[in-house]
Amino acid sequence: MAITVSAPSESEGRKFVRRLLKRKTVAFGLIVLTVFVLLAVFAPLIAPYAPGKLSIVNRLSPPSMQWFFGTDEFGRDVFSRTIYAGRLSLLVGAAVVTLATVIGIVLGLLAGFFPKLDTPIARVIDAMMAFPDILLAIALVAALGPSLTTVIIALSIVYAPRLARVVRASTLVIRELPYVEAARALGISTPHIMTRHVLRNLLSPVLVQGTFLFAHAMLAEAGLSFLGVGVSPEIPTWGTMIASGRQYIGQADWVTLFPGIAIVLSVLSLQMVGDGLRDMLDPRLRKDL
Amino acid sequence: MLRYIFQRLMGMIVVMAIVVTIVFVIVRVTPGDPAAVMLGPEATQEDIAELRTRLGLDQSLGLQYVYYIGQLIQGDLGQSIFLNQPVTAALAERAEPTFFLTLFSILIACAIALPIGIYAAYRRGSFVDQAATTLAMLAASIPSFWLGLILIQVLAVRFGWFPVSGYGGPGSSFIERMYHLTLPAIALGVVSSALILRFTRASMLDVLGDDFIRTARAKGLGERKVVMKHALKNALIPILTIIGLTAAVLISGAVVTETVFGLPGVGNLVVSAVLRRDYPVIQGALLVIAALYVLINFAIDMLYLLVDPRVRY
Repeated sequence: MAITVSAPSESEGRKFVRRLLKRKTVAFGLIVLTVFVLLAVFAPLIAPYAPGKLSIVNRLSPPSMQWFFGTDEFGRDVFSRTIYAGRLSLLVGAAVVTLATVIGIVLGLLAGFFPKLDTPIARVIDAMMAFPDILLAIALVAALGPSLTTVIIALSIVYAPRLARVVRASTLVIRELPYVEAARALGISTPHIMTRHVLRNLLSPVLVQGTFLFAHAMLAEAGLSFLGVGVSPEIPTWGTMIASGRQYIGQADWVTLFPGIAIVLSVLSLQMVGDGLRDMLDPRLRKDL
Repeated sequence: MLRYIFQRLMGMIVVMAIVVTIVFVIVRVTPGDPAAVMLGPEATQEDIAELRTRLGLDQSLGLQYVYYIGQLIQGDLGQSIFLNQPVTAALAERAEPTFFLTLFSILIACAIALPIGIYAAYRRGSFVDQAATTLAMLAASIPSFWLGLILIQVLAVRFGWFPVSGYGGPGSSFIERMYHLTLPAIALGVVSSALILRFTRASMLDVLGDDFIRTARAKGLGERKVVMKHALKNALIPILTIIGLTAAVLISGAVVTETVFGLPGVGNLVVSAVLRRDYPVIQGALLVIAALYVLINFAIDMLYLLVDPRVRY
């Protein structure tokens, strides 16, 4: 469990970023992520074809100068679809992290700050974490009905307890620190202490955990879409692209290969950044202390 | 020590009670009538009403809950709507491929992760260490279903070394069935080796810095003996923990991998149940797998008691 460090001041922040970027893996991860985000944002400008544009005569064409990543079973351009799919995959990851973080912080803070709430919340977290992530997400999507929104809600419910556990553990440490005691002695209200003094110091563990959750959420979304229990198969996500190309794997490997590489690269980048952040923010792992 | 066991046992029972409640609630959050959703748009009002009665959905929520707990105590997970058999029987029929897939994958994951993790820790900071850490990260980034498809394409379709899918058909020998599990187990094993590798490396690094290792070296013991006997023995507890937890997590991976390789396991059963909205099967599988996870966790804690005297406070 990462023990928090105080929020860095602006100059410290700049120093922190410089030190972070010195790590080759972090720099690589950030460059790849930036490229993915830029491709997603400027997809209509970059993609040579519309993602749904059919060209049956050109179906399953191999990669060439005309179709960089080849075409799929409907003659759609795999390159354009991979770029557009990145939009949704990144969107799902970002939305899940945001929602799971909000739920996780609220539950973790309440459990860590109010002893009466601690046991029930901790037990619910334990119970939620007993379910394998994909399986719980499948069950929730099955119950709520498959759609992009329900996938986001289901994955947020699945991952929020992981964040809550981290926040709870950090809060339990922080609430005993002398400055929190001093704030209490000064008569500052508990909600104020929680939001102004404790929340700020939770930034490090939440940031690290959030980065990993982003990666997990993207993998899980791809898994759900691949199984056909996530977003509609017509919507291009990296998972749905692999699922539809699966039948043609012997004759057109490129249909599944490129979306797969996109998943691996984006998840790997997130893990590299998360790893770097953890090493830098966890005092026990910092070699430069 | 007895008090500790009792506390852990009580904790486990509470967690299981919450797990049961969550499973019960999941089906009830379905927008609209779950019976109508299960039977699809072509069902008549009579069919829907009959299923509602059969599943007890016409009772109040409180009564449904009490009835559900009562059923569970008797070991009854309900009746599958589409398979026309009890959920326990459906799960039991499909347990074998999932069990052996999990076991096989764990063996492959350990065969990859343990030697590399130990060597990486021993050669901390070297090229091998950096390569191992990067490889672990890469392995954790690969979706198991995608790796499975690549393995099918290369090793099954192109080279013809392994069967493309299935579990060997009825009456096939044990060897034949395990042969069918090789590719799915490699796909799942490679992906899950990442976590074990990282833990092995970290745990070995912790131990290799301890005083007793320096003492062992000072005594003139060979490096092989120091690492494999003194260090590994002491680093083994966290490694065993993570292997146990990986086994539980693997069940989740098996859901997707079984679908790719067309294995008739629990994962495949769950996916087809979701596609057919067979809620009793989804509920039953969810409950059994979560219970397994809780039990594995409890077993690991008890194992700690046996192997680490410091826990016996």
